[in-house]
Amino acid sequence: MTAAAPVVLDVRNLRAYLYTRWGVVRAVDGVSFALREGETLGLVGESGCGKTMTGLSLVRLLPEPAGRIVEGQVLLEGEDLVTKSEAEMRRIRGRRVSMILQDPQTSLNPVFTIGDQILEALRLHHGDGARALTGRAEEALRRVKVAAPEQRMRAYPHQMSGGMKQRVVGAIAVAGEPRVLIADEPTTALDVTIQLQYLALLKEIQARTRLAMLFITHDFGIVARMCDRVAVMYAGRIVETGPTRAIFRAPRHPYTEALMGSVPRMEGTVTRLPSIEGQPPPLHDLPGGCRFAARCAYVDDRCRREYPPTVPIGPAHGAACWRVEPSPSSR
Amino acid sequence: MLEGRAIAVEPLIRAENLVKHFPVTRGLLIGRTTGHVKAVDGVSFTIGRQETLGLVGESGCGKTTTSRLLLRLEEPTAGRVLLDGQDVHALRGAELSRYHTRVQAVFQDPWSSLNPRLRIRDTIAEALVVNRRVTRAGKLERVEEVLHQVGLPLSAAARYPHEFSGGQRQRIALASALAAKPELIVLDEPVSALDVSIRAQIMNLLKDLQARQQLSFLLVAHNLATVRYIAHRTAVMYLGRIVEHADTESLYRGPRHPYTKALFAAALPADPDAPRDDMILTGEVPSPIDPPSGCHFHPRCPFAMEQCSRVAPELKAVAPEHLVSCHLY
Repeated sequence: MTAAAPVVLDVRNLRAYLYTRWGVVRAVDGVSFALREGETLGLVGESGCGKTMTGLSLVRLLPEPAGRIVEGQVLLEGEDLVTKSEAEMRRIRGRRVSMILQDPQTSLNPVFTIGDQILEALRLHHGDGARALTGRAEEALRRVKVAAPEQRMRAYPHQMSGGMKQRVVGAIAVAGEPRVLIADEPTTALDVTIQLQYLALLKEIQARTRLAMLFITHDFGIVARMCDRVAVMYAGRIVETGPTRAIFRAPRHPYTEALMGSVPRMEGTVTRLPSIEGQPPPLHDLPGGCRFAARCAYVDDRCRREYPPTVPIGPAHGAACWRVEPSPSSR
Repeated sequence: MLEGRAIAVEPLIRAENLVKHFPVTRGLLIGRTTGHVKAVDGVSFTIGRQETLGLVGESGCGKTTTSRLLLRLEEPTAGRVLLDGQDVHALRGAELSRYHTRVQAVFQDPWSSLNPRLRIRDTIAEALVVNRRVTRAGKLERVEEVLHQVGLPLSAAARYPHEFSGGQRQRIALASALAAKPELIVLDEPVSALDVSIRAQIMNLLKDLQARQQLSFLLVAHNLATVRYIAHRTAVMYLGRIVEHADTESLYRGPRHPYTKALFAAALPADPDAPRDDMILTGEVPSPIDPPSGCHFHPRCPFAMEQCSRVAPELKAVAPEHLVSCHLY
């Protein structure tokens, strides 16, 4: 179903580096993926793997002045965002691509009411009069299931719970009816029962608007619940990508396999979890060859010398590992 | 899971009907108390030797306050904590110092729990010197011993916290907790700030340490899978009260309390085909300043009956080692 939907976001060989006094941090180092209408792609990885920098590059909000996109294209419905001016980007953000960050506290201004902030976002997208805009704002709050929106419009962020604030952030993000929503760990700061409410809400918005979602997370549980496809990131690169079911059933990259194996489960008893020893390499001092080599159980000489190409292993499934044999059926 | 766990007759620690209310005041100079945050509202449990009790619940349920009462960082409004039968909050002087060597803590954030200006060996030794007279050589020997126990190289002793990653810092925090040879360690979200691939390392280390050194743990955590992996028994808290308390296996196989069921249903699945029992709770946790009458959970409970809003249910056994506080049982 989703395979037939048009591609709305096409990221090609994106490289975004941070120029710091410790050297060049290769946060995003040749990342490619495509996102179709109505589809959710999970970008999974540990902290410092470059997943947030990938998200920020897509909306051109890399930290200034250190961050720079050095190569690649971000095609939003065919238009390359990398070459846009800041003025052009301002018209694109919110209206065609939006982003939700982990901590709602950083996205909302503490000295303005919720109403002011939603109205500000709406005013950018609609030329309506004040009364019509207020109506739209209340409607936006109602859509993210905020109870008594008329009263909530007058509330300040500190008067709301974390879950409620994140809903408001969500309302602002989708107010301009964007085509693409980038959600960067939007539920990490929320309690589990509130997290579930929020995830269900995002799904509902997506079903209504056919949004394409890029869901950045470190949690395979969220991937299992939310995502159609997964891209696993390690040290600045995507090491495996494929349909969610295929990856859960048969992860092919040793990192994906080890990472999934080390997560404790709710069901079934495990006496001992397999763990990945060591830690990811620093992004300003990357090893030659495969970046996971130092922690990999199957490493050999070639892995330390050369970075492996991404090998196709099934329908829309690929992994960057020397051990993976290309599957004949994927041609 | 339970093999190798010594079932002692008298538990190491016993919490009896613990209550902690924080006053809410209004007015700047002449504060007037307008209410109480009922953070912990009648909590009882025991922890045996070499046993782990998991305390789970959402933010504001009182699990951290409970652990702080155990650590003697708070005075209870009512109730007692007994260590080997002795009232912990009545201890003074030398007995109190001894208590602080017997009970230690490891907190969530390994970035803020270590003094950035102290070398690792001094951080670890501090735990020794505070309560005991130790020779210089004895101190160094103990530092090396605990570093080895937590899987860090001896060279770590001379370095500073900033030179270590999150996982390594949590090992250092654990080493300094171990230095005084404690019997109980309170672990407050010990792995939730760590990366996924590092969590398993630390969880395995905790299990190994418990087995080797006969340690007891109070594990405060919100991640249910983590608790299942480490805890022998688990207590679920909601708005200051324990709503369900059971052997971990029995709890995870068959949660009884509607809140526990909702909490477990909200836990994310292990894979996309995992059976899904959607029980999405409406609303949020009410304020602990003015908690609902009767059963605290009744306004959000899909099974609420008439009596639930009037009578607070008692914690009673529904199966061996399985206590539930709900009128349904």
